[in-house]
Amino acid sequence: MDYLALASIICAAFAVSFGAIGPALAEGRSVAAAMDAIARQPEAANTISRTLFVGLAMIETTAIYCLVIALLLLFANPLLS
Amino acid sequence: MNSPLETIPLFYIGPVAITQAIVTTWVIMGVLVLAAYGFTRRLGLVPGKRQAAFELLVETLDLQIRETSGADPSRYRSFIGTLFLFILIANWTSLMPGIDPPTAQLETDAALAVVVFASVIWFGIGSDGVGGYLKSFAMPNPVMIPLNMLASVTRVFSMFVRLFGNVMSGVFIVGIVASLAGLIVPIPLMALDLLIGLVQAYIFAVLAMVFITSTVKDGTTSPEEPETTSPPKMKED
Repeated sequence: MDYLALASIICAAFAVSFGAIGPALAEGRSVAAAMDAIARQPEAANTISRTLFVGLAMIETTAIYCLVIALLLLFANPLLS
Repeated sequence: MNSPLETIPLFYIGPVAITQAIVTTWVIMGVLVLAAYGFTRRLGLVPGKRQAAFELLVETLDLQIRETSGADPSRYRSFIGTLFLFILIANWTSLMPGIDPPTAQLETDAALAVVVFASVIWFGIGSDGVGGYLKSFAMPNPVMIPLNMLASVTRVFSMFVRLFGNVMSGVFIVGIVASLAGLIVPIPLMALDLLIGLVQAYIFAVLAMVFITSTVKDGTTSPEEPETTSPPKMKED
């Protein structure tokens, strides 16, 4: 077994697992804050939920970047070809 | 397992490779254009059932555009609405067996992002002129010029990576689960895929609207309308 391939697979798993922690915590915090805001001011629910969706998308991008890095390591690794 | 990063051409027209994503994209575009033509041919003042349903769709789009941009939606309706409907239908084509959604390929998403990038320039120049558009890079002050130029590229890049990552990972996971566990098991994941497809289409359209609006607002010479919001209620609870 080639060590480069082994290292790539392990690093891909690490990239996804650790890359998912931060966005998960951040999305939990933002949803909690939005729930709090909607409970206090239900008439602003439309604006809050739209901003929440956009913000969630921004946060989620970091996790998606990690996923793309993992995919690059697994499927398009320049060192292995 | 096929890599999600590369595409397999179906056939060649001259030197141009035609992939499955291209065929699906053209079918979706054809269906959208034909549907739009067919449904708007006989518009009545008193809407029938079908016309009422489509008016509901258009009014929902208008409402979202107005709430996001605070401007008259008629300028942006065709662009944002088409973007939303195309991405939505493209995401949902994963339900048809044998068809991968074209948005799960890097090329389609990159093309959509390039369209958004060009539309920001188009709408910015269209409403503020070339000078106003260039001035929008110097907002809030000229120190931000390099950062703003960088941001105008990276935000579009992150848009296309986001759409690609979400849609592709959904298709990928359904494929893995179907190959491991069998036919019925991935159905809940496919239901989740439907939701993700809708949310991603919505987010793509809203983000495009937000980028256009911020450029247009920054380019105007005087901020004459400072965000008409309701006065903050000081509630002690």
